[in-house]
Amino acid sequence: MTTATPTASFTVTEEQRLLRATVRELIAARATSERVREVMLGDEGYDRDAWAELAQTGLTGLTVPERFGGAGATFAELAIVIEEAGRRLLPVPLLSSAVLGTEAVLAAGTEQQCAALLPAVAEGRTTLALAHLDERGGLTSEPGVAARRDGEDWVLQGTAGYVVDGASAEMVVTAAVSDEGLVLLVVPGESAGLERRPLDVLDLTRPMATLVYDGVRVDDDAWLAGDDAMVALHRALSAGVVAVACEQVGGAGHVLEMTTGYARDRIQFGRAIGSFQAVKHRLAELLVQVESARSVAEHAARVLAAGDRHELAIAAPMAKSYCSEVFEQASADGIQLHGGIGFTWEHDAHLYFKRAKATKLLLGSPSHHRALLAEVLSL
Amino acid sequence: MAIDERTLVTERIEALLASHPPASTPERDFWGAQFDHGLAWVQHPEDFGGCGVSPRWQAEVDRRIVEAGGSVRNRYLNVLGIGMGAGTLMAHADEERQRRMLRPMFTCEEIWCQLFSEPGAGSDLAALSTTAVKEGDTWIVNGQKVWTTLAHLATWGLLVARTDPDVPKHAGLTYFVVDMQADGVDVRPLYQITGEAEFNEVYFDDVRIDDDMRVGEVGQGWAVAMTTLMNERVAIGSNVAPRGSGAIAHALEAWKQHGGDDPVARDQLVRYWVEAEAQRLTTIRAGEARKSGTPGPEGSTGKLHWADLNKSITAFTIDLLGAEGMTYPGGYEFTRPDETANRAESAHKAFLRARANSIEGGTSEIMKNILGERVLGLPGEPRVDKNVPWREVPRS
Repeated sequence: MTTATPTASFTVTEEQRLLRATVRELIAARATSERVREVMLGDEGYDRDAWAELAQTGLTGLTVPERFGGAGATFAELAIVIEEAGRRLLPVPLLSSAVLGTEAVLAAGTEQQCAALLPAVAEGRTTLALAHLDERGGLTSEPGVAARRDGEDWVLQGTAGYVVDGASAEMVVTAAVSDEGLVLLVVPGESAGLERRPLDVLDLTRPMATLVYDGVRVDDDAWLAGDDAMVALHRALSAGVVAVACEQVGGAGHVLEMTTGYARDRIQFGRAIGSFQAVKHRLAELLVQVESARSVAEHAARVLAAGDRHELAIAAPMAKSYCSEVFEQASADGIQLHGGIGFTWEHDAHLYFKRAKATKLLLGSPSHHRALLAEVLSL
Repeated sequence: MAIDERTLVTERIEALLASHPPASTPERDFWGAQFDHGLAWVQHPEDFGGCGVSPRWQAEVDRRIVEAGGSVRNRYLNVLGIGMGAGTLMAHADEERQRRMLRPMFTCEEIWCQLFSEPGAGSDLAALSTTAVKEGDTWIVNGQKVWTTLAHLATWGLLVARTDPDVPKHAGLTYFVVDMQADGVDVRPLYQITGEAEFNEVYFDDVRIDDDMRVGEVGQGWAVAMTTLMNERVAIGSNVAPRGSGAIAHALEAWKQHGGDDPVARDQLVRYWVEAEAQRLTTIRAGEARKSGTPGPEGSTGKLHWADLNKSITAFTIDLLGAEGMTYPGGYEFTRPDETANRAESAHKAFLRARANSIEGGTSEIMKNILGERVLGLPGEPRVDKNVPWREVPRS
């Protein structure tokens, strides 16, 4: 049974402190409520200006090794950027491109493939998405796309559902079943035969698409021919799971701040509503949960950064299951404690509520991750 | 500076271990020598059991003593004296009291108890109603204290009493050291829901205390009591238990023996495992932040989180036991457990004992007020007893 106590460290380096301050400032200026709403109701898919600015600051290729044009930082640094973006719901493809796509290419691509693909990704010129589910998005089913060799080419047929930023990505890392087992193929978003249908999503700040592959043809170089595709996909998804947890902590933390501020300012019965214990205690409970969520998410990010696969099998599902539920509770309480204004479209509370629910179900629900954890713990 | 302190502390440890090898020195003699070497509470001055260095060196001292086969269990045997009384006496008592009382406190020749809570003053401690009335150079004490750990073994008690009922509650209190063997002190066991009596009730019936046993000025009792309670927080410390230990260990064991394959129970078990780990990791994170000088809100949530979680997990463990959960193995024993015994609690006893976690040391409701007001900056409730003489405030 795997209950040996791991070493857990939360030391924050001076560079990390500086990174957080820089990113927070940058994002606060970019992700105003007005701008987030403009992007989420527009057709661009994500905030291209913000993404360009993140790219200039070197934040779009943070974990890409320097030899592939990235910053060569660890996931601990990327986690800070993701958390800060999550605080303000900044609509950019950090999860899809900087985490899922990049990790898949890094894990499965050959040196040459990484060198060919990743510099443009790190510079923010190309965005990636990961298409690995079937049409219904079931976690345990095989990918919905099949690939077969045809001479020097691969031909893809089938449907991949719930692809984050699938409609806007320049390149779609597509997991497909083939005679050789699972393969990962990098498919240009504009390929002939690829239809990208935007989903009507609950969380408008994070677009998803259904990708229908009808005889999409790519050459053999699109096949990520490095390490085992199954292992690579697992690595990318583990990173994605931890990234979502960090993002959730950012969102939950912001909801707590926003709601606490409101409870201080809003007067009813001649008192700030935050002076009533019914309100105060709920916020205190949220504080406990948010701080605990921060601990598990940071732990997971550091474990991922350290490459401790064994502990990651515990830390990642732990973080995703816990942070999902904390964010859901925080965002729901956020609406309730704001009262009527919290139910309006005008107020941002619903954006966090929707982000919370959607991320709870993204890359596996809490109960799914607890089931994984039960296996690891032999329960 | 730090290097000097390290040298000083190290030399003293070496000298202590050389002159009093723990293996061949009776416990009390060793503790006495430890006191005389200034290693009892290193932050206090020379001659008073300390050597005037940063309190963080104490952990190093204790570690070395334990490594050498010595014992630091006096800190548990006399937890209220060493943990809280010493700091209070050093801050507020006169030198004569300090010289007389600190050494036998440390050697456990004299056990201490803390006489704060009352039936009518739990969360609202400052509302307490035990009175001390001055007659010449003597105070006459009447009233009742409750939840008094170790009172039945204690030589001395740390007492807060009301000396002026005509001023607002915080202003009318005075702090004393009371002789627990004095006439009129009656200590009775307080049996709790486990059947045991970990605590006592203490009755005062015209108990006489000399004025020189007063600690701090008349009317300053609240400030002195706060010193005691701050020492309590330090005494509790921040030891981090290993992953999967404590209440969750009972739950895991119960699952293995009785769990079977109920998917709902399994999900709940993992949920609690995660929550316990989240709490544990937060304790580690808080410790690191404190050490690096950047403490944040994570340092204030531990007590509330742990208390409520421990209650939930211990209750869930009984559920996992199924029919066996209806039993109380060994039956209820109406005993006074020895505080020092390292009790391996059964899941059943842990379940009952845990009810107190969210009451003792600050109820969860009060903890939420503290988090809400001090950490989140929310305004307090309006206080109906503010600026009102204690005598005029309603009491149950």
